[in-house]
Amino acid sequence: MFRQFYCCAVFLASITAMVVANADELNLKEVASGVFVHQGIHAMPDKLNRGEIANIGFIVGDRCVAVIDSGGSPAQGKALKAAIKDKTKIPICHVINTHVHPDHVYGNIAFKEPGVSFVGHRKLAQAMASRAPYYLQKAERDLGLAIKQEDFIVPDKPVDSSMVLDLGGRKLLLTAHGPAHTDNDLSVYDDKTKTLWLSDLLFMGHVPVIDGSLLGWLKELDTLKKIDAKLAIPGHGPVASEWPRSAEAETRYLEMLKSDIRGYIKQGKTMEQAMAEVGHSARGDWQLFDDFHKRNIATAFAELEWED
Amino acid sequence: MKHTPSTKAYCLLVVSLLFANLALAAGEEDAAWNNVLKKKYFGDRTIDESGTSIELTAPYRAEDPALVPISITAKTPQTPSNYIKTITLIIDNNPVPFAAAFHFTPESGKADIATRLRFNAYTNIRAIAETNDGKLSMVKAFVKASGGCSAPIGADLEAAMARMGKMKFKLEGDKAVLNQPNQTQLLVSHPSISGMQMDQISRIIKPAHFVTQVKVNFNGKPVMSAETDIALSTDPNFRFYFVPDKAGDLKAEVKDNLGKEFSYTQTVSP
Ligand SMILES: [Zn+2]
Repeated sequence: MFRQFYCCAVFLASITAMVVANADELNLKEVASGVFVHQGIHAMPDKLNRGEIANIGFIVGDRCVAVIDSGGSPAQGKALKAAIKDKTKIPICHVINTHVHPDHVYGNIAFKEPGVSFVGHRKLAQAMASRAPYYLQKAERDLGLAIKQEDFIVPDKPVDSSMVLDLGGRKLLLTAHGPAHTDNDLSVYDDKTKTLWLSDLLFMGHVPVIDGSLLGWLKELDTLKKIDAKLAIPGHGPVASEWPRSAEAETRYLEMLKSDIRGYIKQGKTMEQAMAEVGHSARGDWQLFDDFHKRNIATAFAELEWED
Repeated sequence: MKHTPSTKAYCLLVVSLLFANLALAAGEEDAAWNNVLKKKYFGDRTIDESGTSIELTAPYRAEDPALVPISITAKTPQTPSNYIKTITLIIDNNPVPFAAAFHFTPESGKADIATRLRFNAYTNIRAIAETNDGKLSMVKAFVKASGGCSAPIGADLEAAMARMGKMKFKLEGDKAVLNQPNQTQLLVSHPSISGMQMDQISRIIKPAHFVTQVKVNFNGKPVMSAETDIALSTDPNFRFYFVPDKAGDLKAEVKDNLGKEFSYTQTVSP
């Protein structure tokens, strides 16, 4: 009986996997003229979704297409490439990696060919190198993906502080940020449609994940909020939203962590206590809260205890 | 749903493979320890596993594999005739299983120690206590290093690099309580770089750079000392006890593998 049931479950799981795998057509939405986004899902990366959870997409100019984040797996990268070829005859010139996280870069390999340049934060290469051994192991264990070292493609165009990519008829302003979501975050501003592609500098619905610096993130948000943008594209969440209003929830969450953890440190409490107690009233506001909130506390605590 | 014969056969195969794997995994959990690590670090010595000496607290799920708080609590106080000399931490499946060895004296008051470690995989962590009569006892805990997208390295290496060598003591209360075990925390800023990056990717080679030795004295008397390795999180952190008999100086001396030495003194008063 158990066996029979178990069989069913396994079989169903594999069918579902097949359906997902066959969805080679990415669900892409043109959120502004020439700006295409595929919206990811709020889920932990796993074998079923193969880590294909982030928002990814591309921007089309008169001469060039720029991909913004290549996907969470080589297969998703391929699907994105196919979707681009389907939509336009204009060649892909650039692949912009907004930061090192696997759900944003594992599609890179699908785009590697002469004439395509890879663009990223000046610290992206270092971050890829130091994280690769761990990420490769995780990809196999958690995602069932056979990722190789060569599949991480380091930027041949590193962005020092800022860079302009002229796609023909529109210019993308790339900004390399200080430590925030990670220490290698890059944002993209399209001057033609005033679209600000923030990737994981902006989380909506999915609880923000601190893998860089809490204080740094708040600082970068302050600057970003002043940008005159019509649309914001988060790394996780609705494909496009009002700016800077869409950053309100994230800012509130980060500010709460800052003040509560500072209080704990002042009272001489430990990281373990903070992890058990801080900010759990925000659980209802966010998805994947239980997966990331405690680690956010640990990361923020380790940063804030050096403040004085 | 109705199974066709071939599906059924496939299913049975999957199920039996699965159970075979599970059985293997259960035995495998301790294999590295039993076959290699125990001998490597403790030779043929007998290790008691009844858990009478210390308790180990580690999260079953490591929220951030770069920053896993763990603590060891001694079940008996330190006395001149009966005390814990050393607590060794081994993380079976880390690239370097030896994480740290902490040494205590009767003056430590309590042989409690808490620190933050990196976990590279799903693995057991073991704490092995050696008492002054030379007996060994061990407790272990299984830790799943999960946590989405962070790798077991520090989040902001540059910040840690910039303040390298900076240290702090934090006492539990504002003032020390004389002739009693007082809890204190030592914070050491150090990048703690493992040096295991893949330079094929970036051709940036960052050599290993991590803390190897920590010594804490109170008025010149040793309180806690440690040998440490790359499993220590960026900005190593230690929580332990000392027993002040009067006002005085807590002093920390730290060395790293590149021969850099740092020291720091903080005055403690009742
Ligand atoms: Zn991310």
